Amino acid sequence: MLNQEKKQELEVRAREIRKDIVTMIGVGKAGHLGGSCSLADIVTVLYFYKMRHNPEEPEWKRRDRFLLSKGHAAIVQYAALMECGYFDKKTHIHTLKKLGSRLQGHPDMRKLPGIEANTGSLGQGVSLAAGLAAGLKLDGLDSKVYVAVGDGELAEGQLWEAFMAASNFKLDNLRVIIDRNGLQATGKTAERFQIASIEDKMSSFGFEVMTINGHDLEQIADAFDKADEIKERPVCIIADTIKGKGIPFAEGVAAFHNGTLTQEQYEEALQALGCVSRTEA
Amino acid sequence: MGVHNQRKEYGRMLVEMGKKNPDIVVLEADLGKSTMSCMFEEAFPDRYFEMGIAEQNMTSFAGGLALSGKVPFTNTFAVFASGRAYDQIRQSIATAKLNVKIVGSSCGMSDFGDGATHQSIDDAAIMSAIPNMTVFTPCDGVEVRRAVEAAAQLEGPCYIRLCRNDLEDIFPDDAPYKIGEPIVLREGTDVTVFTHGIMAHEALKAASEAEKEGISVSVVHIPTIKPLNEDAVRALAAGKKGVVVCEECSIRGGLNMLISFALRGSAIPMESVAVMDVFGQSASSHEELLEYYELDAKSIYKKIKRAAGKQES
Repeated sequence: MLNQEKKQELEVRAREIRKDIVTMIGVGKAGHLGGSCSLADIVTVLYFYKMRHNPEEPEWKRRDRFLLSKGHAAIVQYAALMECGYFDKKTHIHTLKKLGSRLQGHPDMRKLPGIEANTGSLGQGVSLAAGLAAGLKLDGLDSKVYVAVGDGELAEGQLWEAFMAASNFKLDNLRVIIDRNGLQATGKTAERFQIASIEDKMSSFGFEVMTINGHDLEQIADAFDKADEIKERPVCIIADTIKGKGIPFAEGVAAFHNGTLTQEQYEEALQALGCVSRTEA
Repeated sequence: MGVHNQRKEYGRMLVEMGKKNPDIVVLEADLGKSTMSCMFEEAFPDRYFEMGIAEQNMTSFAGGLALSGKVPFTNTFAVFASGRAYDQIRQSIATAKLNVKIVGSSCGMSDFGDGATHQSIDDAAIMSAIPNMTVFTPCDGVEVRRAVEAAAQLEGPCYIRLCRNDLEDIFPDDAPYKIGEPIVLREGTDVTVFTHGIMAHEALKAASEAEKEGISVSVVHIPTIKPLNEDAVRALAAGKKGVVVCEECSIRGGLNMLISFALRGSAIPMESVAVMDVFGQSASSHEELLEYYELDAKSIYKKIKRAAGKQES
């Protein structure tokens, strides 16, 4: 449960994370702005409220884990990790996707502390997370595994294999977060494939299902807290979100899935996030 | 010396390694009684994951188990291990060097009855093409034990290619076994035959035949087609009239290409015994397929003669 003070702290954190996202993308270079901003509040709650982790000891065995099945949203995780102090923000924030950079286009656990798996080929993250959750259980650890999936990504068949396995193995330490922003690279998800009710599907696959507003910090925190009470089955949190949330001109615009910012857009984005000038970013 | 089945030796060794290392876990895609992973299930039911007919999930799930510090062995037929789950191996496992052991059973044409969809002629090439991957190609049941032990001790991903058949032991008990190092099974002065997997059996038969014709043949088994000590390959070919490369795999991307690359710049004649860019088919025995696709001892013998510069009779 969030108290007012914590909520205000998280609001500031989420804004910082969005600023980092915009700063990493910069001007004139393609970057996954939309799907990173739709996850920003969820990621904020995970890293600054919910997860047990220690930036000083990224390999700590008892830590909770966060994996991005939608690996293209890497920059939201990079932002959270640098805000937590996993690596130095000043040194790395302007290196995204540059040759030799630790900030790869998709998460690389061998290059950056705090990254838990290599993802990017869509549909594989839940299998990885479920295997990890199963392994932690074998060792008697109570760590939780959180994995974020895009709603467009649900077209990948392997996810459904993984969902069946997760409930078969009763992985109650696994939380699947579906970032339901309704858009994918080329348009509306609803126009790409017919999925009907994700809630009904996940429920029939054996998950405990919750639907929340993915930008309401209290709802996000409550859902993660409630998940801890569920036994013998995995949890699915379906988060209704807005692609590009927090960047007014990018909200709900599919073109910013992996779009490019002009100098004006870059400044407008930072201003919308409360920066008075570029230098503040 | 005796007769052993690679799958059974694999199952036995898996249990043995499981006793030594409590972190070893085993995953199966509903073929446990064929791959013999069922032996591990019986010994360690809590460390056995029956994943159902879902090879892609099995493979990434194994990656997740490796992330938690486990040493997973995945099991299915070679054709599905390398083909159906290729992207999972590449993306979930190999890019991150995760410690997953991928076991491809019923490799080559050893699943003779099931036809092209179940015969793996391209698995060695596919697996060799993936960075960070080690590819084990044992020739008999004895060597399977050495390979499984080496795989379990190796830190990183690997692929183990296993045949379905009972095979006579040829692997010398006292042979030094080292990942990447060719093993001389028979010494000769005229021609060197390089083989991997079960083709060592056919090559040894062919070498004996050639000996009767006065051609002295070395047979060199490649226990891991990746990595491969190229200097050793060059040394074993040096001074010979020719070399023959034999494999129950496609000519494209397998040992033939690796040996010809290792011998680049040398003038030594090279002959190939391989599946010539075609799929297999059903037959009533494995031997029948080896003969049909010219992978048998008789075909190797012909190539040895040619490599030795003798006219075909």
